[in-house]
Amino acid sequence: MSFPWAKEYEPKYGLTKFFDEKLPLPRLVYNAVGAGYPVPRNLSYFWNFGVLAGFCLMLQIVTGIVLAMHYAANADVAFASVEHIMRDVNWGWLMRYAHANGASFFFMVIYIHIFRGFFYASYKPPREMIWLLGVVIFLLMMATAFMGYVLPWGQMSFWGAKVITGLFGAIPLVGEPLQIWLLGGYAPDNAALNRFFSLHYLLPFVIAGAVILHIWALHIPGSSNPTGVEVKQESDTLPFHPYYTAKDGFGLGVFLLLFFAFVFFLPNILGHPDNYIPANPLSTPAHIVPEWYFYPFYAILRAFTFDFILPAKLWGVLAMFAAILVWFFLPWLDKGPVRSGHYRPLFRKFFWFGLIPTMIVLFICGGAPAEEPYVMISQLATAYYFLHFLVILPIVSSIERPDPMPYSITEAVLGSDKKAVLGENAEPVAV
Amino acid sequence: MATTTGTPEANEVAGEDGVRRRDFIEIAAVSAAGVGGLVMVYPLVSQMAPSADVLAESTTELDIGALETGQAVKAVFRKQPVFVRRLTPAEMQAADAVDAESLRDPQTLADRTQEGHEDVLVVMGVCTHLGCVPLGAAEGENKGEYGGYFCPCHGSHYDTAARIRKGPAPTNLEVPEYTITDTTLVIG
Repeated sequence: MSFPWAKEYEPKYGLTKFFDEKLPLPRLVYNAVGAGYPVPRNLSYFWNFGVLAGFCLMLQIVTGIVLAMHYAANADVAFASVEHIMRDVNWGWLMRYAHANGASFFFMVIYIHIFRGFFYASYKPPREMIWLLGVVIFLLMMATAFMGYVLPWGQMSFWGAKVITGLFGAIPLVGEPLQIWLLGGYAPDNAALNRFFSLHYLLPFVIAGAVILHIWALHIPGSSNPTGVEVKQESDTLPFHPYYTAKDGFGLGVFLLLFFAFVFFLPNILGHPDNYIPANPLSTPAHIVPEWYFYPFYAILRAFTFDFILPAKLWGVLAMFAAILVWFFLPWLDKGPVRSGHYRPLFRKFFWFGLIPTMIVLFICGGAPAEEPYVMISQLATAYYFLHFLVILPIVSSIERPDPMPYSITEAVLGSDKKAVLGENAEPVAV
Repeated sequence: MATTTGTPEANEVAGEDGVRRRDFIEIAAVSAAGVGGLVMVYPLVSQMAPSADVLAESTTELDIGALETGQAVKAVFRKQPVFVRRLTPAEMQAADAVDAESLRDPQTLADRTQEGHEDVLVVMGVCTHLGCVPLGAAEGENKGEYGGYFCPCHGSHYDTAARIRKGPAPTNLEVPEYTITDTTLVIG
């Protein structure tokens, strides 16, 4: 499971020896995030975001459990109970602002984590399973965040729930009964609020389970690295502890500075003022938008305004889900032999000048009102988005001539690798 | 392995057809457990459907005697808004002037109203796109390019007969089941 030079756990004291025999939990920790896990020595700060995402999950679970102690999932009092948390509960404001901004920061971290994966092609063999599990985690996060946003039962909560469950109504034949079944009524009401609360409490633990699988799958081939060259020898790695515990600790400190700057000084800037108006089923806010982290996908949903065989509404729904489902196929759509974008000149251009601007455009359009020119711009951006993954990436990765790569991580870091030319264990250099 | 030959399983002799009593018991037990498990799925799924108190709110009564030409009221049916409008002659003419067959969801105004009450248009105030409440029922609200209703969420325009004319919504605003006796409108 790990490299042969990984340090073995050796319990020294009576108690640790006792544990190692009865329940080798310290050994598990030592081999997972301790000195027993060798990691490439050249990881950049982009490799901090997995740990940061794990921290965000813990933060959301802890603050969420506290909020659930004071919140009432009943349509008559839900809004008031959130205000009760804000005004009456000791430190309730801190818990709620940390939870609300925690969701936003979780998504920021996860988007950087995902796009790190895009640039360094982390999804390539032998790490496909890690990637697939990651996409599953992202889908679970989206469901959890959506249901959590419904709980305060403000205007955006209510209408968000209505619009998103309305998506299921687009499915032919079973759509409408399915929507009524999901809501437990004809419009979002008590039944829907209660089940969303129940599931919002459950899903983070499902995510935690998926994260354990994600890390388990990661520890089989070990972490990738910015060169994309696999680990060959001991000089390519460092023990996770103390080297990466320190690096991740520093990253976490920077993250917390930024996070608490928002919690304390800009707690509502990422939210919508409309959600401080109690839910009103008879009046739609003039401008319904989801939370910022759903903007790109909301833009794709709204990009379809014309019927073509299927109704426009169904196309929008299909495209929105397809925009994420296409990520599942990335390990097989990217056919290039080289992982890292640093050695893929053409791939790199399409990443920085194609995919990234497209995501920014979709982001802006998703938050804009449904009118021209935003509709047309999001149509073009949606077309490019799918073109990138389904056409450009397979072609570019097939025809591209990669730049020369270092023999090993050691060479990439130190400028030369003696083993590459001299050592008795040196492998022939692949040309 | 003297211990294993001592177990009842190993000692049991298969019949002429090669089937042991134990095989039958195994299949019967697993089937019973499996069917029992499957039966439990039904209540687990069904509990999420609308409960009796939600279904009980399935009729709404409304006095439309005071509703004047050109006026509209918003009522609530199944926790969702309903728009009741008494159309003006101009609005009815505008709706009839369109070739219904050319529409996305072909219906005439007569299809969407009741005989003898062609001027009373009762529609759900739920956009058929993603369920927002369209504007246009209250005075001064945006009625869209076709003078009926306009959904602000994704820009669907409905005409004076509340038929979809422009935008992403797939069908006309839904006409619920209703009856009109004298001045009383009963929806549901």
